[in-house]
Amino acid sequence: MKATVLVRPKEGILDPQGEAVRSALGHLGLPVEGARVGRVIDLELPAGDAEEARSRIEQACEQLLANPLIESYEIELEA
Amino acid sequence: MESRPRIAVLVFPGSNDDRDAAWALGAVGAEPVTVWHAEPELPDVQGVLLPGGFSYGDYLRCGAIARFAPAMGAVARFAADGGPVLGICNGFQILCEAGLLPGVLRPNASLAFVCRDAKVRVTRTDTVFTSRCEPGQELTIPVKCGEGAWYVDAGKLLELRQRGQLLLTYVDENPTGALEDVAGVINARGNVMGLMPHPEHAVDPLLGSGDGALLLAGLVDAARERLAVPA
Repeated sequence: MKATVLVRPKEGILDPQGEAVRSALGHLGLPVEGARVGRVIDLELPAGDAEEARSRIEQACEQLLANPLIESYEIELEA
Repeated sequence: MESRPRIAVLVFPGSNDDRDAAWALGAVGAEPVTVWHAEPELPDVQGVLLPGGFSYGDYLRCGAIARFAPAMGAVARFAADGGPVLGICNGFQILCEAGLLPGVLRPNASLAFVCRDAKVRVTRTDTVFTSRCEPGQELTIPVKCGEGAWYVDAGKLLELRQRGQLLLTYVDENPTGALEDVAGVINARGNVMGLMPHPEHAVDPLLGSGDGALLLAGLVDAARERLAVPA
């Protein structure tokens, strides 16, 4: 089973990295109004119950993969 | 002769200020004991220092991986027992990720690594770490970090301010973009402190400032008290 975890800076949190990317995109000739930089974590899990896997990944997100103070996360499961 | 309390200096893969920290602790009256991160227990020590560096390559987030080191379990137990713990720079990041201190350290607002002297104000002197400082004293201590912008949400900030946990604040200039100019915080119980500036690089006036010695000596004082009262 494969899972993808998307971690993003929470809304309202200043994202200096995103700001730098936004500014660089302007120099490239692609002016954008906003850019936010997050992180993608691809996981390969042993086959099993999808719902159980989701809840365990959720725990891992809360405790390690994201810092809930400043980051939000989304989990995508692929059978 | 005055007794020298033993203070553990934790060493993670990627720590790089552990030897400076050990030297500085020795200079202010402690006996430093380096402890490898894989140790499940602390040796017989009366204080703990988490040094600066780039533990585990700063992978994922600064301090996020180090928090799972076996030695960190022992540090959490030591702190729960009231033992004094000081985290410097990466050590501060680790303590935040481990939930021993409030908040999180984010990339500097400038996105640039800063490495220069910073001036910080001591907001309280009734803590073990700042007991050697004068009220409102301004200390010159170098800061050197890429991810030193301390942050908490608004509700927590209010609570911390009311409880006087924002122990050090930058004066004149905020080099990291930290919320409320915060350079260092202390836990509610008053035995765990973290700061981004490096007091271990400021213990000898020959190198520009001896102000860091005041904070380290506070840790040593607290450790010495534990020496006097066996657990």
